[in-house]
Order: sequence, then C-alpha cells, then structure tokens
Amino acid sequence: MVDPVPLLIMGSGPAGLAAAQEAVRAGVGALLLDEQPTGGGQIYRALGEATGERQKTLGTDYAAGAPLLTVLSAQCLDHQPGATVWEVSPDGTVYYTRQGQARAVSAEQVILCSGAMERPMPFPGWTLPGVMTCGAAQILLKGAGVFPASGAVLAGSGPLLLLLAKQLIGARARLAAVVDTTPADNYRGALKYLPGALRTPGYLLKGLSMIRTLSASGVPWYRGASGLEAIGDDAVAGLRFKVRGRQHEVACSNLFLHQGVVPNVQLSRSLGLEHHWDGLQRCWRPILDGWGASALERIAVAGDAGGIMGARAAEAHGRLAALGALNRIGVLSETERDRRAAGARAVYRREILPRPFLDRLYRPHPDYLQPADDTIVCRCEEVTAGQIRKYVELGCLGPNQTKAFGRSGMGPCQGRVCGLTVSEIIAQARGVPLEQVGYYRIRPPIKPVTLGELATLEQPEDA
Amino acid sequence: MASGSNFHRLPEPEYKRLTMTFDGRTIEARSGDSVAAALIAAGVTVTRTTPVSGVSRGPYCMMGVCFECLMEIDGVQNVQGCMVQVREGMSVRSMAGARTVSDARTPGDG
Amino acid sequence: MARPSYDVIVVGAGLHGLSCALNLAREGLKVVALDKDHPGRHASGVNAGGVRRLGRHEAELPLTMAALEIWHRIEQEVGDSCGFVACDQIKVAESGSEADTLQARLLRLRELGYDHEQWIDADELRRRVPAIAPHCVGAVLCAGDGSANPFRTVMAYRRAALSAGVEIRENCPALALSPAGSGWRVDTPQGPLDGGAVMNCAGTWGNTIARALGEPVPVTPAALMLMITERLAPFLKPVLGAAGRTLSFKQFDNGTLLIGGGHRGTAEPECNRSRVKMVGLSISAQTVGALFPQLADVRVVRSWAGLEGMMPDDIPVIGPSSRADGIYHAFGFCGHGFQLAPITGRIMADLLVRGHSGLPIEAFRIDRFAAADMAAMDTPEQRISA
Repeated sequence: MVDPVPLLIMGSGPAGLAAAQEAVRAGVGALLLDEQPTGGGQIYRALGEATGERQKTLGTDYAAGAPLLTVLSAQCLDHQPGATVWEVSPDGTVYYTRQGQARAVSAEQVILCSGAMERPMPFPGWTLPGVMTCGAAQILLKGAGVFPASGAVLAGSGPLLLLLAKQLIGARARLAAVVDTTPADNYRGALKYLPGALRTPGYLLKGLSMIRTLSASGVPWYRGASGLEAIGDDAVAGLRFKVRGRQHEVACSNLFLHQGVVPNVQLSRSLGLEHHWDGLQRCWRPILDGWGASALERIAVAGDAGGIMGARAAEAHGRLAALGALNRIGVLSETERDRRAAGARAVYRREILPRPFLDRLYRPHPDYLQPADDTIVCRCEEVTAGQIRKYVELGCLGPNQTKAFGRSGMGPCQGRVCGLTVSEIIAQARGVPLEQVGYYRIRPPIKPVTLGELATLEQPEDA
Repeated sequence: MASGSNFHRLPEPEYKRLTMTFDGRTIEARSGDSVAAALIAAGVTVTRTTPVSGVSRGPYCMMGVCFECLMEIDGVQNVQGCMVQVREGMSVRSMAGARTVSDARTPGDG
Repeated sequence: MARPSYDVIVVGAGLHGLSCALNLAREGLKVVALDKDHPGRHASGVNAGGVRRLGRHEAELPLTMAALEIWHRIEQEVGDSCGFVACDQIKVAESGSEADTLQARLLRLRELGYDHEQWIDADELRRRVPAIAPHCVGAVLCAGDGSANPFRTVMAYRRAALSAGVEIRENCPALALSPAGSGWRVDTPQGPLDGGAVMNCAGTWGNTIARALGEPVPVTPAALMLMITERLAPFLKPVLGAAGRTLSFKQFDNGTLLIGGGHRGTAEPECNRSRVKMVGLSISAQTVGALFPQLADVRVVRSWAGLEGMMPDDIPVIGPSSRADGIYHAFGFCGHGFQLAPITGRIMADLLVRGHSGLPIEAFRIDRFAAADMAAMDTPEQRISA
C-alpha cells in the first residue's frame, strides 16, 4: 500500500511542470507521474539531456522549456518517470505501472495533464510502413537526434507541418516535397479572427518566418492539395495528390502527416466527465471551470488535455489548475490563490488570443474528416470508412453501437486513433450533428496493463 | 550509419553508442534512443505484421498512442517499441501477427 | 383523447424483455416494450455471452435444455446468427476435493436423468486445453454448449421484435403502474400507456414494480465485471470455468480473451451506472495466472461492468404476479440469464396466451421468499407507485 498524497500530477509537459512548480512553491509534496523516460512532455521532450547541436536544430521555442524543467530536481517533488497511468477513479485513486510493478495511490487532488495527440489523417495508404506523423518526426529529432536526411514528404496542414519543415531544412535534410492540404477558403474563413490574433502577434511572426524558410529552400511546396493517396507495396514509396484538378505524384521513402492536434481525453472520458464538442477545433474537450476543475471534486484537467491551447497557455493553465487544487486541499486561501494566479491568468488570456484564427485557418480538409469508403479508419482492427457507413445503414446510431457490427475502436489503441473519425462518419451518414452521436465510451484500463501486473497490484486497503 | 537508411543523426558525439539486435541483425543505437527510434535510424521500416490481415506496419506516432510499433523485446511480446529505451545487448524481434501462447510447462521443464 | 392501448406492455427492453415482446407479437398480440435507456445498456449488452448449461441450478435444467435447442437454430429464430458459436464448456478441478464436489454433482444429475455433463481426467483435460497449468486434476465437460455476442444478440432480438410488429420506446421509463379498466396503465415521460397485461422484465430495477404490487423480492444490484485482452494466436477452444474459483474464460475467434468471474464493481443503479473495481479485476487476473501462468505478459485492453439483479437463491423470478392479475415477472437472472433469454420469452408468452407453460417454473415464483429474507435486504429508493 502506498500512502495518500495531497496532489498528484499526471504528465510532465508544460502544464504538469508548471503545476509542479506551484506545488513546490506552496511547499506541498506532489507526486508527478509521467509515461515518458524524461520530463518535458512532447514539446520539451528530452530537453534536459539535449546537446547544443540538438537545441540549435530544434530552435528557441524548444530551449525555452529549460526553466520549467528545473522543478524536476526540487526536493519535495516526487517525480516518477516511466510511469504508465492506466486508471484514475473518481475518488482520486490513480493506478499505474512502473518498472513492471502496478500500484495504486490515493490523492486528495489529481491534475490530469495528459496533453494532446495528433488528429488522425486517414486516406488510402496512410497505414503503410514509413508513413508517420509530423509529431513522430519531431520526437525522433528531440529524443534521438534522428532525422530523415532525404526522401521525406511532409503532408497536411497546420503550424507543426511548417515548423518541422523549417527544422529539417535547418538540419540540411533534402525534403522531397511539402504538400499542404489547407483548403483555400480556410484563409477567407480565418480572416475575421485575424484582429484577435494580431493582439498576440508572436505566433504569426513565427509562422511567417517558417514560410520564408520554406520558400527560400527550394523544396517543392504544393498548396491546396487534396485527394491524397500513399502508394507502395510493403512500405510507402510515393504520394499522389491533386492540386487544382491536376494529378501529381512525388516519390518518397517517408511520409510525415499532420492536421493539427486534439486533446487526449481518454482519462477524462474514462472518468465519466462531461465533454462538449468544440466546433471550431473539431474535437471534444472536458467541461472545466476557470481553475481547470471538473465536476468531480478531486479531479482537474490542465493544458492541452482540456482543449488545444499551445505550450505557453498550457503552462499558465497548469499553474491555475495547481493553485485551484492547492486551495481545495486547504493549503492556499482564496485570496492567496487569486494573488498567485494573477500573472498566470494574464498570460493564459493573452496566449489563447490567436487560437480562433489558427483553429479556423487550419481546419482539417473535409477529405480527411470524411474519408473515402476504402480508407482504413481503425488502424488496429482494420475497419474502413465504408464499413462504418454500412453499420449506419444497418441501424448503428453511434460509436458505442459499432461493437454490435464490428470491432472498430476495440484494438490495443482503444479507439484513440479512430474515435474522432468514427464519430464524424456516423454523424454525417445519419445526417445529425456530431454532438448527437457522441464518442466511444472509454473503459479502463486506458493503457493496456498485463495480467501479471494486475494480479500483483499493490493498492490501498479500501480501493 | 547503417546502409540503406534515409535517416541520419545530428553530429552528437556526446551520446554513448549501444548495440542491440533486431531479428538477429546487429543494430547500432545511442543512449537515450527508444527502441523504435533506433530501428528507424538504422533503416528499419517494417516492425510487425497485423493479427487481422497480416499486412506490414511500422512505427507511426512514436509517443505511445497508436500501438503500431508493437514488437518483441527481450522475449516479451507486443511491447510498444517507442516507449522502451534501448539497453546494451537488447534482443528485439518483429511481431508476426498475434502474440503466441506456449503450452503448459510440464514439471521439470524449468 | 384516445390513449395508446396495447395488449401487453413490456417494461424493460433488455434481452429478456425483447424476447418476451417478440414471442408475444408472434402470438398476434399488440405489444409495446419500454426501456428507460436503450436495449442492451446494462446486463443484456455487456455480459460474457456464455451459452452454458454446465453447472446450472437444478431448477433451471429444463429451461436451459429448451433454450439451447433455440440457440442452435437462433438464425431461424431472430434472423441473425447472434455470433453464436457452439463449443464445449469445461469446469476445471484444481484439487482432489474439488474433483469430489464436481463428481458428486454428476451423480446427482444422473439421478435427475441428465447426462450433458461428463467427467474428464487430467490427461483428457490437457489434450483439450494444452495450455492449462499442470496441477489441474480433471474437469467436467459439457459438449454442445457455446457462446454468442451479447450486444449483437440484443440488436438481433430488437430487429426481430420490430419486424414482428413490436413498438419499442427508448428513454421511456415506467414511472407508475395503476389498474385501468380490465388492464393496467403505465405512466411514462411519453405519456400514459394502457395495456391488457404488463410484463416486468426490468432486470436490476425489476423490484420497483414488484414492490409497487406489494410483492417485493430480495433482489440486489450487482455490477458484474469483465475484461478483455489483446489478440492472441488461437490456443483455447472451450469456454473455461473453475470449480474452486469464480471464472469465466474464453478465447474469441478473433483471438482476444474474455475474462469474467462474477467479481463485482461498484453498482449505482440509482445513477444508472456501474464502475469496475480494480481489486476484483486483480483477483480475476490472479485466477488466470494460476491456471495459465504463461499469460502473465498478456495485456488487458478493456474492462467493464454490467448491472444485474442478484437473488439470494441464485435463480430468477419467472411467472405471474401473486397479487395482481395481468402482471407477469421475469427478472433477477443473477448473472446467468443470457442463455435462458430465448426460452424466457416463450414461457412468458405461453403464460399469457395459454395460462400455463409446458416447462416447470414453480421454483421461480415470486412469493417464494419468507419475510425474513425481505427484512435482510436494504430498501433502495422506490420509483414506482401503484
């Protein structure tokens, strides 16, 4: 049995690290669990160990995480990397596996900082070996200093596509092409949000710098692409697409995809928290108050896991969530909480200003929200978009009823990769709003746990 | 760098070199690499065939979400290669379809 | 204004309710089935799908035999295979005393005239289940049982009921029950419904109607838990149980393993939900580990719990009300009602249309519990008034 802890923070990205900083500052011994071997989340992955060469390649936004990482060496913080959380129960008991041993720990307050994951981008051939996400390419760079030196195509839409292009060009990679799928009318649609975005102009200036680097590099840059199809037998060998009705084909040995990120809601879903559909971001987000607190008194959610906000806003949000939690456990008075929160709240408000513009500008191309019938949607169980549409014809009303017809969402990834697409397809096939068809009911464990680990689970007496 | 890989490493002599095997072939890795990253750096693209249709798959998300990089690591099947760091002498094998179950050990088998 | 009027109102459109509705409609009756959620939301949709005669209570034997006949031609019955696969069911003995207990039951079954359960020795067990731990000394085998896909079965019964003319009202709880003319009125959020008869197939919530009629039973809610693993290469054909532990263990055609075993999660029927409790899943994992040590690295991908009504004597209530004409009960199936569902509907239709069932159902009568049993039970919030 493990003793109860006052505050448990899950995830050590910007939100989790900032929350830990606030706990340390308040003298509270928090437990920080993270699945990765080193702290930093995906954005500051392996920053603590990164060489100058790696920092130079990844740029100043990566190195900017260094001050946050210093909290990991704080005396009163119990940082446990390599800890896979697989269940959080509404009473604040957190189950996780570390070094082959499963444990449960009770916490007075739990802050879920499980971050974001890439939005799926299904099209024919996206399951071929050699097709990966742009996030994966960044992880290779951050975690191992590995990059595709030649033969890579970057395809999709969003800031990360351009950032990765800039970083790879900086590392002297010879990119085969950048294929941008941002629909032309997104630019018009985003215009009305531009004034708001200009109030925090840093993002736009960075974007322009990425565009300049890409333009000057001579890398073939196709804009307004649609109808993507990855080709190859046992691995990806090329990408076909259309630009203004004209068919193109680019040979490649690796294809990196991106069309934005979405909150990782597996835990908040599994806890039964209510989620609402964010129409602008086209994703679900848990319903939270201004302190990231949920309807469950012991559970808060901070950072991108509560809605895509970006690293700086996530850091501020993590502070707010921690201060709220510290108040709920009686460590900080309301006055003190509010005093400490003032700075973070101002940063949060400022940093989320450009979101509506970015969200509208990089709204996914309809091709990849409603993939063609022959496209695999559920990668684990190899279920196609056409099969999902067939289920609807047979009377399937929502994602949870697909199990009567097939196995979408029932493989090892537990619906993470296909969930949004399956909801989108069912909603359109039924002709109803997506809110009405809902999302998969997420069942514990939210990460697979072995029978052996489960059998030797150390847990509180009353669990 | 292994021949045939489109992937290069940044010039970082600081990282310690490690060796592991993949399906019997020796692979050079660096300290801090995940198993999946080391394989990609060495030019490995396919790391399993699926239990559903038997088609080839390789690492996809590299952050523990997609479960595409399931492999056998030091005798344990269906481990996420992106979530395990390379250790010296590690033996890694690709997964062919579903994991297998051995018959019961009869007494004396050890 | 004319109120909707039916021959029969079925309360609860889970598998048993749908089976009743289907059989009644096939008798030419006008039937409505009400569900407070949607068919298959609780026990019907999320059970282990065992089509099992092995180990049945003596009182259930005639019913389980009759049900199995329907299962073997389920496609004719409801127009879908329901994912039914015939296979053996095996209950393993891990010690000599467990073997003695199992063999004593076999003798008793022979006396009653049943031979569907057979003893197999350790060698035969190993031949049929090569992966089983070497300490197992033998087992009881029931050939010709099987398993089916629960949610698919519910959907198949739902479709069959609809095409037989049953009206299904979802999100439509029965709020109150009162006599109306020669029949009954059921108040719902969708307005009052009149019916000549009422079938109470409300599962965990079945007692609310029984209580309203003045014939409460000691049914308690339980959240029965199941878990499922990643896919494994085929290694287990029969469905496996154990004499000394609660276990239901099978491998689907797709390679995944289903692990059940009656361990209970948190039941919150008043909130219409249940949650798994890791302590129970841990015990199930220990059981699997004892019988198949080589599965220790196998990953569990999902777990869930379904709300089910449990009875102190481990058998359901099936039969007419002891207090009111025109009311019939079928609920409290104690976690093993799935296999019986096809025959429950047949029995209930016979009771209503012919006044009797050809099968012996005396043991399931609602007034079998003494006052002492009733005093021992807690009193959950009453939702129905009569």
